[in-house]
Amino acid sequence: MEAFTVHEGLCAALSRNDVDTDQIIPKQFLKRTDRDSYGDAGFFSWRYDEAGNPRADFQLNDPAYQGASILVTGNNFGCGSSREHAVWALTGMGFRAVIAPSFADIFAANSLQNGFLPVQLSPTLVAQLRERAERRDGYRLAIDLRDQQVRDGGGVIAEFVIDPFWRECLLSGRDPIAMALSREEGIAAFEATRPRWSPRTTTAGLFS
Amino acid sequence: MISQMSPGTPRTAYRKIWESHIASGDPDSRALMYIDLHLVHEVTSAQAFNGLRAEGRRVRRPDLTLAVMDHTVPTWERSRPTPDPIAAEQLRQLAENCRAAEVPLLDLHHRRQGIVHVIGPELGLIQPGMTVVCGDSHTSTLGAFGALAFGIGTSEVEQVLATQSLWQAPATTLEIRVDGELPIGVTAKDMALAIIGRVGVAGAQGTVVEYRGSAVRALSMEGRLTLCNLTIEAGARAGLVSADQTTVNYLAGRAASPTGAEFELAAAAWRSYATDEGAEFDRTVVIDAAELVPHVTWGTNPGMVAQVTGRIPRLSDFHTELERQQAVRALDYMGLSEGTAIEEISVDRVFIGSCTNGRLEDLREAAAIAAGGRVHSTVRAMVVPGSQTVKRAAEAEGLDRIFTQAGFEWREPGCSMCLGMNPDVLGSGERCASTSNRNFEGRQGAGGRTHLVSPSMAAAAALHGHFVDVRQLHRAPLAPVG
Ligand code: SF4
Repeated sequence: MEAFTVHEGLCAALSRNDVDTDQIIPKQFLKRTDRDSYGDAGFFSWRYDEAGNPRADFQLNDPAYQGASILVTGNNFGCGSSREHAVWALTGMGFRAVIAPSFADIFAANSLQNGFLPVQLSPTLVAQLRERAERRDGYRLAIDLRDQQVRDGGGVIAEFVIDPFWRECLLSGRDPIAMALSREEGIAAFEATRPRWSPRTTTAGLFS
Repeated sequence: MISQMSPGTPRTAYRKIWESHIASGDPDSRALMYIDLHLVHEVTSAQAFNGLRAEGRRVRRPDLTLAVMDHTVPTWERSRPTPDPIAAEQLRQLAENCRAAEVPLLDLHHRRQGIVHVIGPELGLIQPGMTVVCGDSHTSTLGAFGALAFGIGTSEVEQVLATQSLWQAPATTLEIRVDGELPIGVTAKDMALAIIGRVGVAGAQGTVVEYRGSAVRALSMEGRLTLCNLTIEAGARAGLVSADQTTVNYLAGRAASPTGAEFELAAAAWRSYATDEGAEFDRTVVIDAAELVPHVTWGTNPGMVAQVTGRIPRLSDFHTELERQQAVRALDYMGLSEGTAIEEISVDRVFIGSCTNGRLEDLREAAAIAAGGRVHSTVRAMVVPGSQTVKRAAEAEGLDRIFTQAGFEWREPGCSMCLGMNPDVLGSGERCASTSNRNFEGRQGAGGRTHLVSPSMAAAAALHGHFVDVRQLHRAPLAPVG
């Protein structure tokens, strides 16, 4: 997986609560079978009008946010559908991290899987960071996973909490699947204890 | 899953399932959890199979995996081809991936095809104490069986295919207790919408919800499936109902259920996963069933919900600036004004179906209202059974004729207008009474406006052309024929 140690970049504000994954990547793009063609599709209905032109009233279309790589947003970001395409859309748009007061659980898990860092900070602090980004004057942050700090030009702003398992995976770029495969013994031993009646999908006549 | 739980300190069902599925690691931190059943559909699996191939990995347990085509399938006659070439290619890749990995697939033409969360229960594949995942957030539905069932992303789908396990951290627990008796005309859907309205769309984040109390016990398995389905809309990781006699009765005689003496053994094991007397939850919310009424969402997330006899809130009712702005945007998108009475809202379309309300009981409930009536001249209404099994059972009871005689369209099974990835979509500005689970912007079609309701409320809106309080029209659900 993609490693993450420290990232420094321009902040863009998306000043809304409960941004759902249907908005981050609308369903018409979920028929594709690749992982990396979603950058132009991110926030499609909010970003473009019916004729396909960028909507001036959508924050992320602001030229001041051109090249932004850190998204600062509201509560419950990424709620709704489990579609990992939402993360692929955000990374495709150039984002490496998102700061919010809270994230939907599946979205946070999908983000970590892609080396895209969800940073949870207090609502008050996120509101302050959002205000700074809303000034559109090039506010930048550094997110350091090694010491779990968020810094700006003035110094350390906050420390954030992250699951030690994911911190380790992200710093080393280690693949959770390879880590699970290395526990083969445990998996096989567990399988030996499963009850006889545990359902199998290959049982003859199951679908008759 | 072990054969039977031993007595000890009182534990919640969630904690029992979690502790008994650890293949490696410590239950108090992140550990490797074994997955008893993995359900797969076309939209979130292709990239996972590609990933496996790129790494030279195999599907570890095809016999614990089941794939189905549901999200993008057209609901017109199955003999007609899928019109969208990109969707057709995605379906083709699912078939090819399943063939190569020897994963059973219920394809478009299979007599057991249906929405992924509807088919598992019908087959008896979901049993108490199991861990079940699917690349779909509404996997929470299956917690109705006292199983731990949750949605995952595509990277995790790949991990489960490769290892039959997932790295999980222990969740906190939230008890939602609904005591008392549901009034006539008030359903599990209304219970769920009332709960989301109360706890909020992020209110259950990080928790596994357990629904308890006499009103939950009184629900059928189908009602419990509806209730657990909507758990994700409160932000929870999963929702469940501890197994009881209703659960065991439902499983008796299902295709994947054990038989004879083994069924008795299994039933005892299933019950042993139920939450112990005296087990503690991290948080509790209590709701009085007798006070519940039919609910209708007015905004663009399921927490924006009102009682049918109520009104859309006033902007001054919102506390923070962000919440107020959110309500302004929602009302603008929905083409509604603050303070409007819910019963004054008229609809153009009605959709009855989805993994929330596409089961037999839901169709009976809607048919009881539709019987002898006529869909309003300005409304187009469709009924999409959750599965082929539901469709056959409904037809055997004559529900299809009740619907079609009243002017509803009767379709082939699939997700359909729940998310509009097939040809069933709302046009821009069209307003729909829908029995599905998400009223997000554009969910049912770009510019489409969704109001979430129960099946009987949806049927009533179809006949009247606007929302009406179904308690005023209530008739008993149609008794099954024969
Ligand atoms: S019916 Fe709707 S919510 Fe359910 S699985 Fe299909 S798309 Fe998802």
